[in-house]
Amino acid sequence: MSTAIVTGSARGIGRAICEKLAKDGVENIVVCDVKAEWCEETVEAVKALGANAVAMEINVAEGASIDAGVEAIIKQFGAIDICVNNAGITRDGLLMRMTEEDWDSVLDINLKGAFLMTKAVSRHMLRARKGSIVNIASVVGLMGNAGQCNYSASKGGLVALTKSAARELGARGVRVNAVAPGFIKSKMTDVLTEDVKNRMLSAIPMGKFGEVEDVANAVAFLASDAAAYVTGQVISVNGGMLMP
Amino acid sequence: MTLEEKVKTIICETLNRGAEEVTPAADFNNDLGADSLDLAELVMKIEDEFGSMIDGSIPEEDTANLKSLGAIVEYLKSKGVADEL
Repeated sequence: MSTAIVTGSARGIGRAICEKLAKDGVENIVVCDVKAEWCEETVEAVKALGANAVAMEINVAEGASIDAGVEAIIKQFGAIDICVNNAGITRDGLLMRMTEEDWDSVLDINLKGAFLMTKAVSRHMLRARKGSIVNIASVVGLMGNAGQCNYSASKGGLVALTKSAARELGARGVRVNAVAPGFIKSKMTDVLTEDVKNRMLSAIPMGKFGEVEDVANAVAFLASDAAAYVTGQVISVNGGMLMP
Repeated sequence: MTLEEKVKTIICETLNRGAEEVTPAADFNNDLGADSLDLAELVMKIEDEFGSMIDGSIPEEDTANLKSLGAIVEYLKSKGVADEL
């Protein structure tokens, strides 16, 4: 029996991760997002792949919401083997014009959310002496991006959180890694102008944008026993856009 | 079962130590070789076991004093947990 929870999985990369984990044989997939009804499509897609899926309403910016959700999962499935911290938002704007609220909301969801989630699941993983946590960072967390001081700071923070948590939990068999996607076709990137997209394309050696499945494949590897000796690492999935 | 016996069982399990080693005064760090993660885990288990009797969680500032079996038993008693469970 294996159980995975994927935050922000109503659509996009989160949904692709749920589907990939289901294809790889993870038995129970907890699909969570801010509204339970948003999760229905992902739940149906996962069920169609033969796995068990449940929708769960979790606001990752609130510790109480996370704790209640994690307790419910433990009660229902007995364990959490895989946790993917994927929930994230953008509130782009130039530093000079970025409001405090834009900063706080992005940091609360993208970074604090992953911290609270990791804290809640690690309790159970420590006890089980196993578990894999995968944080979805971003290429901009490694290289920066004009107009995304808040988002890039949250993603850079996720990389550091990944490494510190990996050091703390490693001796107990709990692995913590990150995937840093580059430019991936999704709702979050659809809103960018053609001009911006073309400029980004010219910086990608592979000459194309990535698909959500490309990210899901890397997540599934880190979540699986195939990565049993991998912890504290960041796998970039960016078509060569950045080579750290 | 007494409170001390119950706590002792939890400590033996968590720190992987024999019952004879876990005396009331044995210091988790110095005598029983526990590291900080062991102690965090121990506090978690104590909370799980006695949470319903002590208002849920143990405040972070209190955990620093929980260095031995005796200290944990005293702490739980001070929070109203009975000697006999």
